[in-house]
Amino acid sequence: MRFIKYSSIAFITFVILAGIAIPMVPQPQSWLEFPIIPGLEEKARNIFFHVPIAWVSVLGFIFALYYGFRYLRTKDFDYDIKSVSSAGLGMMFCILATVTGSIWAKFNWGSFWNWDPRETSIFILLLIYGAYFALRSALGQEEVRARLSAVYSILAGLTAPFFIFIMPRIVGGLHPGAKGDTAGSTPMAQLHMPPNMRFVFLIGIIGFSLLFVWLLNMRVRIARIEYQISKKEN
Amino acid sequence: MNIITSTLAIVSKDVRSELRTRYAMNALLMFVVTSVATILFALREDEVSTEVLSGMFWVVVFFTAMSGLSRIFVSEEERGTTMTLQLIASPSIVYFGKLIFNCGLTLVLSSAVTILYIAVFPAFVIKSMGIFILTIFLGSLGFAAAATIIAAIIAKANTKGTLYPVLSFPILIPLLMTVMKSTARALDGEMFIAAMSEFQILVSYLMIMIAGSYLLFDYVWKE
Amino acid sequence: MNSISITANGLSKDYNHSSIFKDISFSLSSPASLSITGKNGAGKSTLSKIIAGLLSLTRGSITYSVNGKQIGIEEFKHHIGFVSPYLNLYDEFTALENLQFLSHIRSTTQQNSKRIKEMLTLVGLWNRKDDIVGTFSSGMKQRLKYAFALLHNPAVLILDEPTSNLDIEGIDVIWQIILEQKKSNILIIATNNNEEAHWCAQQIQVGTT
Repeated sequence: MRFIKYSSIAFITFVILAGIAIPMVPQPQSWLEFPIIPGLEEKARNIFFHVPIAWVSVLGFIFALYYGFRYLRTKDFDYDIKSVSSAGLGMMFCILATVTGSIWAKFNWGSFWNWDPRETSIFILLLIYGAYFALRSALGQEEVRARLSAVYSILAGLTAPFFIFIMPRIVGGLHPGAKGDTAGSTPMAQLHMPPNMRFVFLIGIIGFSLLFVWLLNMRVRIARIEYQISKKEN
Repeated sequence: MNIITSTLAIVSKDVRSELRTRYAMNALLMFVVTSVATILFALREDEVSTEVLSGMFWVVVFFTAMSGLSRIFVSEEERGTTMTLQLIASPSIVYFGKLIFNCGLTLVLSSAVTILYIAVFPAFVIKSMGIFILTIFLGSLGFAAAATIIAAIIAKANTKGTLYPVLSFPILIPLLMTVMKSTARALDGEMFIAAMSEFQILVSYLMIMIAGSYLLFDYVWKE
Repeated sequence: MNSISITANGLSKDYNHSSIFKDISFSLSSPASLSITGKNGAGKSTLSKIIAGLLSLTRGSITYSVNGKQIGIEEFKHHIGFVSPYLNLYDEFTALENLQFLSHIRSTTQQNSKRIKEMLTLVGLWNRKDDIVGTFSSGMKQRLKYAFALLHNPAVLILDEPTSNLDIEGIDVIWQIILEQKKSNILIIATNNNEEAHWCAQQIQVGTT
């Protein structure tokens, strides 16, 4: 875990430095120059931070679903602790992604919210997280809470494929890569970037994913201690 | 064929109970009337597009369903008959019995909304009957499939009424988007073949929801 | 007559971090009778629900066998009759309708109206068979629960608070049922009442800690 901690710090530091310091020029000549993308200009740098954050919010849901599934199979309460911890983190990143995204959208597209497919997807993910925690707080008995929230997360996961197929048909896209081609307007688009940008971007994805694992580990350890304390009190 | 007779026995019990108490039906129909009236006040003589009309159509169906479909499990929980059912029937029998009942209720509900819409909105003219009927049919079944498993979940919760739409909405979004789209196609009078991709989505949604609910229901139903 | 046995090993149940009871073991083979006693909140009802397969265990195991062959709880439920304050019947139907559709849902072989009539007569409700259960007194509802529990001639009869809400005449009827059940089948009673507990050959106490 110490390795994950330090490498996530190192990767994210690298992304912050490289993502902000590397200049953008019209005709990039060397590795230390990014091209200017018309219409985005300096605002393109957001991709190094916003997209990894959005990715982590999806990752949080996948982990919550996986641990929920494990809970149902084993009835081991530790999996519920892991499931709710990653859902909590995922929700935090989901809010961050929504906020950073809509501030960026204000400057780039002129309004905070446009219902473009990926905005809609992140909004639905936020709704799912909200519903998940609303359900948990309405269930008093811990065993029932663990069981039913696991069931709900799996049920919500079952609808994920539909968003990938339905979104492009229903709403037009604004996100980079979405212009005209339907492949680009799915929630997970192929991004066309020069190799050096792609490198920084991938380091960002890895760095933020490791950050998620580290934070999740901390949250799980705290939740386990809280669980032990509440067990003793009874 | 014990499984089928038992399942049908649960359906017939719920139908007779519904006919006797009118728990869901009266409230649902009044809900439909009041919400359509509200929309009517808001739109008055405006010229509305087919997209808006079909959207409004499913908004009424969604909120009406959310006020009534949870009764199927909540009423068992409130009367303290959940354990009686658990003792005499296996979970899959209970699930399919409740699902069939909710499918019937949703079909009645969406038909009632259709009739009311045709009566009060001059612009609501169904030009492609085939698309419309199939959309209502598949949409109602998909709706009932998602609503039934969520109803089983919220029956165990403290705040049942408010929680139901909150939990159902994210699950139902793919379905709602699709039926709104294909209802608009029906109002626009498009060819049947144009709505094919929507029907594929509706059928796969229905199958995934029923298969998923069937596998998960044991965990919801058994304490 | 089937020979039935129930074996419980180290049954434990937790509820919100705290243990309700732990390490309860017993073994019953027909004919047998067992009483479960303990203070309020000690877990008598919980244990009886667990034996009936309506609640999951936190730890331990419980096995059911018919004629020496072990079977799962879903199948075994057809051999269980259960009377409990947590097991209600439908208020909007008449006594007769309740029994009719409950046996339909169970789809046992012997769902004939003769058996229903026998049971309703046994508990003294035959002349009230067409009244809505919602209008019944709590004692009459308790009697109807017995008719429901005995309808399919269960090999295992589990009674949680068997005489609650019953009048003297009702208790007499229950006493007859219990005697009959003890003779060749399995009877399990969860109760606070010492006298009722002594109706049974074996006794266990829950929640003594």
